[in-house]
Amino acid sequence: MPDRAEPPRAGIASSPMRARGWRDLAFAGAPLVVLAAIAPALYGNQLLLFNFVTFLALAQGLNVIYGFTGYLPFGYVGFFGAGAYGFAITVMDFHLGPGAGMAVAAAASVVLGMILSPLLRLSGAYFAIASLAAAQALYDIVSNPALDDVTKGPYGVSLSSVFAPDLSYNVAVGIFAFATLLVIWLRNARFGLALRAMRDDPVSAAMAGFPIVRGRTIAWLLSALIAGLAGGAYAWHISVFYPETAFDISFSIFAVVFTLFGGAATLLGPVCGVVLLYGLYNAIGITVPQYFQLIYGLLIMALVLFLPDGLASLLTRRGIRVP
Amino acid sequence: MSRDAAPILEVTALVKRFGGFRALDGVSLSLHPGEVLGLVGPNGSGKTTCINVISGLYRPDGGSIHFAGHDIGGLASHALARLGINRTFQSPHCFLSLTVAENVAVAAAYGNGGEAADSDRVLAELDLARLADRPAGELNSAEQKRLDLARALATGPKLLLVDELAAGLNPTELGAMAERLRALAAGGMALLVVEHLMGFIDKVTDRVIVMNAGREIFEGRLAEATRDPTVVQVFLGRRHGG
Ligand SMILES: Nc1ncnc2c1ncn2[C@@H]1O[C@H](COP(=O)(O)OP(=O)(O)OP(=O)(O)O)[C@@H](O)[C@H]1O
Ligand SMILES: [Mg+2]
Repeated sequence: MPDRAEPPRAGIASSPMRARGWRDLAFAGAPLVVLAAIAPALYGNQLLLFNFVTFLALAQGLNVIYGFTGYLPFGYVGFFGAGAYGFAITVMDFHLGPGAGMAVAAAASVVLGMILSPLLRLSGAYFAIASLAAAQALYDIVSNPALDDVTKGPYGVSLSSVFAPDLSYNVAVGIFAFATLLVIWLRNARFGLALRAMRDDPVSAAMAGFPIVRGRTIAWLLSALIAGLAGGAYAWHISVFYPETAFDISFSIFAVVFTLFGGAATLLGPVCGVVLLYGLYNAIGITVPQYFQLIYGLLIMALVLFLPDGLASLLTRRGIRVP
Repeated sequence: MSRDAAPILEVTALVKRFGGFRALDGVSLSLHPGEVLGLVGPNGSGKTTCINVISGLYRPDGGSIHFAGHDIGGLASHALARLGINRTFQSPHCFLSLTVAENVAVAAAYGNGGEAADSDRVLAELDLARLADRPAGELNSAEQKRLDLARALATGPKLLLVDELAAGLNPTELGAMAERLRALAAGGMALLVVEHLMGFIDKVTDRVIVMNAGREIFEGRLAEATRDPTVVQVFLGRRHGG
């Protein structure tokens, strides 16, 4: 009817959602990224800071797929390893620079994501286990002595020719910034809302007009891309590593636990998870690993029993919005 | 109402098999804009399956479905939603962790083929406005049924498939729902209404199809259906059989 002059496609939430997104960026996302960027000037252990930033990126990358779609990939490290080896092969075998290495890391993880996208037809534990098996298979291929000429097999790679700790640190911060932007966008745009709708009820989301196969594939590839980029920056930064380092299942487990602990589908939840738990790990885990494992185990049990939606739910339960 | 216009939905000899079992065994029906067609039949006769196939949840194994001139058999649900077909579910399918307003916003944003949907009006019409900021998981079942309908309406459908929307509503809610569906039809929407409550069917529909075991056994007005010996046999067969 012509008597109502409404802007086209102005769904109820669209402009408040956009304002919320900018607020999350200004008061949560941007300060975190700036802090990560200046941290080396405040604290001397750059490798430790690099590991923090890597886990921040990985936790947010996992958040993209788990928090918004409910798929929990235990084999998430497969993308990280694919990125690390994509970078290494480009630099070692093709004698290209780190820029090309990062591009190949990104491409390798996205291609792997496409190859594995049929796994999204599985649900729950089946998906988690199948993705783990896929990561293991990739590790077996990369570490196979028969591929010595390409991957250096089990003997590990050395990338000292491109070693650049400051630059690679800043690239990792850039990847964290990208992951942060992505999560802010998902939390405040229609696409993220539709993904969460699909997580709750895929049949009904399809009936709402959301193309669910395309939607979940996009989320999956974005999540894979973040891990692949993080893997590329990791290879660049640490320079010498072995297949069991780049495909260490701890990357998956840590990313999952940090994300769940802080609260999936929020921006600050995974960040809190990384800062608290990875901080705890570094404070006591390395010196007295047996206590750490005990505390860690108890924490996870307490979490599953009492706080299944993470720390953030302490506030959201009371109606307080967590960015 | 004029019957000269072309039907918006034309289903011909539709077949749906589950293994060797034919849940739909050659169902045909047609529906005009502004018309309300009731689909009734005993439990397991294939009513929900019929809606599931028309709405793209299952692929048909035979027959054809034409909507507004297009052959739509086998199209995905999201494409059908954008063409203007929507539905409610026998047990409501809400996005439980999203708020009521967000439930409707998703459908308004993705299902409306680019046109502006007035989500606020849909919420108000279905008496959900005061619940807009509550998570759908906190609603009672009658409210969830209205939300399921709101989600469908936010896509601006031309054809609405309604599966047992009245079950579990109290008499006041039943009356309001019947009026709502009639108002939608008066606005030009075509409705296929599956329901066991005959009073509701009588109030809402222009015409009914009675199904049994995946086949249509009667088509016409409800009052005539109740005098049809085959229909009576199907509904009361056990008692007659003694
Ligand atoms: N996904 C499925 N897989 C196997 N069999 C199915 C499936 N869906 C429905 N059926 C069977 O098809 C038949 C028709 O079921 P349908 O749900 O369409 O009946 P209905 O008329 O809606 O019944 P009700 O009134 O109880 O809702 C039933 O025998 C049912 O068991
Ligand atoms: Mg049914």
